[in-house]
Amino acid sequence: MDLTSINPVLLVASLMVAATPILLAAIGELVVERAGVLNLGVEGMMITGAVVGFAIGVNTGSPALGFVAAAAGGAALSLLFGLLTQYLLSNQVATGLALTLFGLGLSSLIGKPYEGIKSPTLQKLDLGPLGDLPIVGPILFGHDPMVYVSLLMVLGVWWGLKHTRAGLILRAVGENHDAAHALGYKVVRVRMAAIAFGGACAGLGGAYISLVRVPQWVEGLTAGAGWIALAIVVFASWRPWRALLGAYLFGGVTVLQLNLQAAGLAIPVEYLSMSPYVVTILVLVLISARGRHGAPGALGRLFHGTG
Amino acid sequence: MSETRATEPALLGLEGLTKAYPGVLANDDVSFAIRPGEIHALLGENGAGKSTLVKMIYGLVRPDRGRMTMRGAPFAPVSPAAARAEGVAMVFQHFSLFEALNVAENIALGMDQPPPPRELASRIREVSTAYGLPLDPDRRVGDLSAGERQRVEIIRCLLQDPKLLIMDEPTSVLTPQEVEILFRTLRKLAGEGTAILYISHKLEEIRALCEHATILRLGRVVDTCDPREKSARELAEMMVGEELHVPVREAGAPGEVALELCGLSMPPASEFGTPLRDISLTLRKGEVLGIGGVAGNGQDELLAALSGESLAPAGTIRLARRDISRLQPNQRRALGLLAAPEERLGHAAAPDMSLTENALLTGAVRERLTRRGFIDWAGARAFASRIIEAFDVRTPGPEVAARALSGGNLQKFVIGREVLQAPDVLVVNQPTWGVDASAAAAIRQALLDLAGRGAAVVAISQDLDELMEISDRFTALNEGRLAEPRPARGLNVEEIGLMMGGAHDLEASA
Repeated sequence: MDLTSINPVLLVASLMVAATPILLAAIGELVVERAGVLNLGVEGMMITGAVVGFAIGVNTGSPALGFVAAAAGGAALSLLFGLLTQYLLSNQVATGLALTLFGLGLSSLIGKPYEGIKSPTLQKLDLGPLGDLPIVGPILFGHDPMVYVSLLMVLGVWWGLKHTRAGLILRAVGENHDAAHALGYKVVRVRMAAIAFGGACAGLGGAYISLVRVPQWVEGLTAGAGWIALAIVVFASWRPWRALLGAYLFGGVTVLQLNLQAAGLAIPVEYLSMSPYVVTILVLVLISARGRHGAPGALGRLFHGTG
Repeated sequence: MSETRATEPALLGLEGLTKAYPGVLANDDVSFAIRPGEIHALLGENGAGKSTLVKMIYGLVRPDRGRMTMRGAPFAPVSPAAARAEGVAMVFQHFSLFEALNVAENIALGMDQPPPPRELASRIREVSTAYGLPLDPDRRVGDLSAGERQRVEIIRCLLQDPKLLIMDEPTSVLTPQEVEILFRTLRKLAGEGTAILYISHKLEEIRALCEHATILRLGRVVDTCDPREKSARELAEMMVGEELHVPVREAGAPGEVALELCGLSMPPASEFGTPLRDISLTLRKGEVLGIGGVAGNGQDELLAALSGESLAPAGTIRLARRDISRLQPNQRRALGLLAAPEERLGHAAAPDMSLTENALLTGAVRERLTRRGFIDWAGARAFASRIIEAFDVRTPGPEVAARALSGGNLQKFVIGREVLQAPDVLVVNQPTWGVDASAAAAIRQALLDLAGRGAAVVAISQDLDELMEISDRFTALNEGRLAEPRPARGLNVEEIGLMMGGAHDLEASA
């Protein structure tokens, strides 16, 4: 085995790419959960976004249009979840699981004609001399636009939740929907907006896998990334910056184990492949053991307004 | 002063307000008026239609028929924001604070155009000090005491400069001293011309505060009066519409020690719970011990420690001199210690299970309703029917789901289930919370009869009148500590209030 073949600078740069789909999906789900809704359909929305984005990307030749379509596709699927849970008051857990199964099936149906095709992909952003800086250049300034979009999204969500009135109302709705309703806020409307935002983010995350990371379409492409995103929201104690940390931690372990595989570490490949998931589970257990989680007070509870 | 007001035009007028829900007429042709600067009481039992009425005034519910006027002009708010714009503000009984948010955020949520955070914080400090209700805008509401939380709600209303302030059961969570401060604030507001619509079922408080009362029963206005001229009992009978049965107790000399707590300390049950700190207590047979205190001072934790839901450190709880600290609930039941927790639906009873099944859940051990692991359904049904009959539970039969019963009937069932198992020690938490007056009287009578038969009863409650009525000795929980029990007879409100922790940090500013 040859550990010197692992270049730390490239490792960090590629972990950002590996973490971006999960980060996008997690930041969307974080907003949904802060509004008090538990949408377990992230995986289904991601893979729907992945296939829709890929199909549009291939047909138009524009990956940017692919991302827009992926966001729209993810949001459309999430609004189905919203309709069922917010207006028809179905159980959020069961509906979310059904949404994942539905998304997986729908994506393989749509994706059938696109198997084996290569898609146009995003070009790396050319930031001129910044990209030529040693170490910092390749890590910070050598990425495609979506990596920066995901980071801006974390910043925006953090700022929005903390400093805007809309964010305050969203948090209030997620904390105690009865009180928010009594004060005259439209609980269902706020939640539908959050759900749609979460769906759009999950769609973007999925499209990042099919258009940038892989970039082609195979059935079951997301391979559980949506579930990891859900775990990262808990890991993050529902805080945006910690979600970034969690996503990069997961991305880091993923990239590291790939590098270790390539370097020929004398551990069976299967163990290395499972390591990111094992690390996620361990971190979640450690966090839960601390007791205080900071989960939104109304998370997963049905709201039935009267009058 | 009230004579001059009588000639003033009404601030808010209600004419023939009617609101029906499927199966219930919540408000039926309700009319009355409130003048500026008047403190007007709205009296009635649970289900009399008080909350529906105030929800209509606050724009949360729209009336089916009838009209409202504000300063003579038609008033039909379509949302709370519209009502607030007309100068209506409301302090809710519950459901209106966000524990994870801080004071300033909570207040901003109740305003339509909140000023920027820094300005809001200084206005909160200013207004709260001016009214003797000091508040720190940066503290998290989840860390505040019940009295402080209520201050948040009141300040939220006062910042809007309301013309009409609606208060829904504002004193249910306050110590007597805190009530006094609240009343001072309300009188000051009324003096400045704000009308106050005050909803409560605490009759003594209404007599002390209000100058006019409208009494609702089953959705209709049945009477109006000046509460200062009526006795509490007369007011109660106007609410209930029948004569009230006052519980009587058969004298029984306290017997030997039934239950002992020595140095019981427990961690809090939840994130916003209270730890129990070094509680010691001796309870004798035939005695009723009343434990008062504002909600959230360790009541739930104490009940859980006694019932066996949370296990206490060894040697801290003794039942008839036997250490039961490490025993599970069913083992404690077998030895004669039974408990009825506060929350009827979900804690004391499983909402979707039938009364028979619910009777079985706690009665299985003492009533021998299981044999070799199999359920004796006939026996369980008979036990449930016995409870229904003995406690006058109004239900079609024992196969009905617990959820389908009204609060009062389910509470009678829950208490009856434990009382009929003939416990040696019975622990109840909030035995008559949200129960109508006649059911409450029946429950109190059952507890007294149980004590008369030689059992020891621990009654945890926030209703001081109730505790004074049934207790032999009184004590109070304050931040998880238990005050030294004192004979209930002869205790005055001042002393009780101090045992409950006084006015917390309010004295200085009041």
